[in-house]
This record gives sequence, structure tokens and C-alpha cells, in this order.
Amino acid sequence: MSVEKTYAEINTKIKAGKAIVVTAEELITLVEEKGLTKAAQEVDVVTTGTFAPMCSSGAFLSFGHTKPRMKMQKVWLNGVAAYTGIAAVDAYIGATEMHEDDPLNSNYPGEFRYGGGHVIADLVARKPVKLKALAYGTDCYPRRNLETTITLDDINEAILFNPRNAYQNYNCAVNLTDRTIYTYMGMIKPHMGNANYSTAGQLSPLLKDPHFKTIGVGTKIFLGGGIGYVAWNGTQHFPSMIDVEGKELGSAGGTLAVTGDLKQMSPRWLVGTSYLGYGATLSVGIGIPIPILNKEIARYAAKKDEELFAPVVDYGEAYPSFTPGNLGYVSYADLKSGKITVNGKEISTAPLSSMPRAREIAATLKGWILKGEFQLTEPVKTLPSPADGFTAHSIKED
Amino acid sequence: MSPKRIVLRFGTDISVKPIVYRLVKDYDLVVNIVKADVNPQKEGTMILEVTGDQSEDGLNYLRNLGVSVQNLTQEIVRNDEKCVMCGACTGVCPTGALYMERPSMEVRFDGDQCVFCQLCVKVCPMWAMEVRL
Ligand code: SF4
Ligand code: SF4
Repeated sequence: MSVEKTYAEINTKIKAGKAIVVTAEELITLVEEKGLTKAAQEVDVVTTGTFAPMCSSGAFLSFGHTKPRMKMQKVWLNGVAAYTGIAAVDAYIGATEMHEDDPLNSNYPGEFRYGGGHVIADLVARKPVKLKALAYGTDCYPRRNLETTITLDDINEAILFNPRNAYQNYNCAVNLTDRTIYTYMGMIKPHMGNANYSTAGQLSPLLKDPHFKTIGVGTKIFLGGGIGYVAWNGTQHFPSMIDVEGKELGSAGGTLAVTGDLKQMSPRWLVGTSYLGYGATLSVGIGIPIPILNKEIARYAAKKDEELFAPVVDYGEAYPSFTPGNLGYVSYADLKSGKITVNGKEISTAPLSSMPRAREIAATLKGWILKGEFQLTEPVKTLPSPADGFTAHSIKED
Repeated sequence: MSPKRIVLRFGTDISVKPIVYRLVKDYDLVVNIVKADVNPQKEGTMILEVTGDQSEDGLNYLRNLGVSVQNLTQEIVRNDEKCVMCGACTGVCPTGALYMERPSMEVRFDGDQCVFCQLCVKVCPMWAMEVRL
């Protein structure tokens, strides 16, 4: 018997409190017990989750006007510069911007204690934040400087807008050189002394819908502990399916641009993050519901760690020099076991992405849907999928 | 005289030398080995309690051999409010004091295994590992 459901049918069941909602991990167990067809018939929604450092995050803040008025030209929040070339009292604070006085990597490896991600985390934690602004003054906006303290509740709008989040899949980083390196994948010891990876595997949202059949512009999601939406595809969105030894794999691929009202988010799910020797960023919690419209969607949503793979990449030499290729693929089951074998060498692994937090997100989102508080949205526009064959370009230099 | 708690860290060349025996025999020290992780393949660590009049001389003997000697007046603690259980620290902790429980992938901290190298303090992206005096 074929399975066909619509968004409207699923939402009617959610409103009536009759929808069957499971997390992606629960779906795996269900498919093992009952088979794919039965599971696809029974289940209406599968919830996913991920909690990891996500660069390309930030927030638009609209402070409200001063008296007399001011057209801000430079803005700092707790000493971290925000971009205000948008309008008089609007600014964008980016997650990787560092404090003005940060020694950066001059005392290598630098600590990068406080950056834009920490400012966003402090705002959402309702901590007071110092606002400093300078201006050149105009007839309509005469004021030239401002130093005050704000909180998230004082300002008019705070909109989290992350241009690239929720990476579908990511490299497993090793180091073939003979010195320790400090990267956005953490500290990696020489001669493949350790391997770091950063994906929730079988709970990771975009690994569960690799053809972008259900996740598109307008999809309502769990974002930073509150409600958010998919705004567009993320930057560097290059979804593709690759064939490794006859196995169909989603490559690093897809990304999402996501947005939502920062005021309803929570400090548990937006955490300021520092990488020794690399920089600062923001860890973001994202959960996406996948409606089980048909059996094919269920089949992808039920992929387990044994069937999902990450490329192993040398961050000592190949990555920084932008040399293509990798050292092979390893499954998330192997990565999560704590040991992988690369070039015949056994290496211990560590994640940068929190599985307990990913599970908590998937379970929270499931709870919201079961209570009837959260309904699914049909995308108003689909996102480029592997079939569109987008590829990346590098910068052309003169 | 109260014992001195110290942490020793040394390279593979020292692992094969009878350094504890020398402390006892040549410097007349009472040595209690609290913990030892000695393996000729990798960096070794030892936590000792030493008592005796010549303890400073004994420690200088170790320093001259190239052993790093650190007084143990500090303690490493995890701030559970800040820890997000990512697991990044488990890749650098040399003794397995920070480890992942499987299959839950929760990160556990066993202070008894800690040798105070402070690598986790630097590497934890959330500043959740703290030095307490
Ligand atoms: S690296 Fe820090 S936040 Fe991550 S598990 Fe270890 S102590 Fe917790
Ligand atoms: S200080 Fe941290 S890294 Fe070093 S042994 Fe203790 S727990 Fe492990």
C-alpha cells in the first residue's frame, strides 16, 4: 500500500492531538521493528536536532532613537564592533567579530575569550550590555556620541539572522603534519594523533532530508530555544549526492539561512563559543520537523549512523592550501564509537557537536508538536537540491 | 612535616629511569605514589606525596633530568552550568579523566584520573573547565 499524506492532513491531526510524532532516532528503531512501509504509514512527523558551533550567525538589532537623534556610524557592544552601515539606529552583530582589544593570535594560540557570539549570548541571557556609538552628525541627526547600557528588553527589535547554519554534513578533521594545529575543528595533534568531527549524524536535520523534499523557504523550526524559520538556502549551499563504493552519500552539501525573534530564544540554546588559536563563534540549537509525506521521505529520515558518512580531511596541509580530495570516508557509527581507522592507523575521535543536546532538541520539538502548539509549514519555495548541480567557485585573484 | 603533593610530567626517555628509587635512596625521602601513568611510548605523568628534609634537592634532581615538576595546590572542576556535553575535551585529555559514555554520548569527568595538565581548560570552547585553588 502506498503512503501519501499532505501537510493539511498532518496539521489537522496535530490540532486534534492525534498526530504520531517521533524523533529521528525513534524512527530508526521503529523501521527496524516494523519495516519501512508500516513505519511510513504510522508516523506523521519526524523531529531532528543539532547543537553545535555555527559560524555565519548574527543578529540585527534596532536600538531605538536617542534624544537628540543620532545616525550611528560606528557601534560597539561590550567592546565588540557591530556593523551599522544599514540605517541610523540599526546594526548587525556578527558571531565571529572579536573584542576590540583582543590579542587575537599574537600570543599563539590565542584564547579568543569574547566575541560577537558572546554578545548575543549575553543579550539573550538578559545581561546588561554596554552600547557605545559614534556619529558625524547631520542636521536631522545631530548627536555625535553615545555611551549607555542596554538589555534585550530595552531595544525595539532583535532578530537573529544566521546566513549559514545547520551544515548537512561536515569533515572529520585530522592532521598529517608534525606540529599541533589549532582550528575551527579544535586542537588536532600531529601525525593523526586525534580526529574531530562535528555533526549529530542520524539526528542531523539536513542529513535526513538530503534532497530538500520538505525543508524549504518558510519552514518553521526550533531555533535557539524558540520558534524560527528557514529564510533561504544558506550561503555555500552546494547539496550533492556522491557515490562511495556503491553507497549513496550526502556530501558536505546543504546549508540553511535561518531567522527568528531573539527575544523569545533562550541562553541554553545560544552559547558563546571560543576555539583556542582560531576565534570565537556562537553555538546554536536547531531542530527541524520532517513531515512523512511518503515512503521515500521516510526512507531518508530513517538513515542511521551506519549509513551516513563523513569525509576525513587533513587540516594540517590539504585544507589550508585548498587542495581538493580527502583521506576516505568514515561512518558516523565509527566516529561515535570513539575510534576510526585512516590509512591503516587507528585514531581516537571526539565530537564538537553535542549529541545529548541534539536529542534534547528533537525531544522538545516533538513535545511542542504533540501538544498541538507547533504546526508544520509547507515551504513557499523549495531550495536547490542535489539535482540542481550547484558547485562552488573560489575567488579569482588579479 | 606535612607531605608535599606534586605532579611530574616527563618524556619517554625518563619513563625507563628509576626516578622514584633515586628520590628514596639518594635524598632519603618518603614517597607515596598517588597515581602513575608511565608508558615508554608516550608522555608519562605521576602524582606523588613526598616527605623529607631534602625534598627540594630531590625535586631539583628531577628538574635537572628534564622532568616538569608542579606543586599540586590546585584542582580542576567542571562547571556543569556551562558544559554543553559537546565532547571536544575528550579528544585532548591525556588520561581519560574526561570521557564519553556510550551510547548516550554524555561527557563524564572523573577527577581522580585528572593530572592537572589544564589542556581541557584551554580547549573547552565554553570555558566550562575551571582551575580552583
Ligand atoms: S569541551 Fe567543555 S563543554 Fe564540551 S564536554 Fe568538555 S567540558 Fe563540556
Ligand atoms: S586537566 Fe583536564 S585534560 Fe588534563 S587530565 Fe585533568 S581533566 Fe584531563
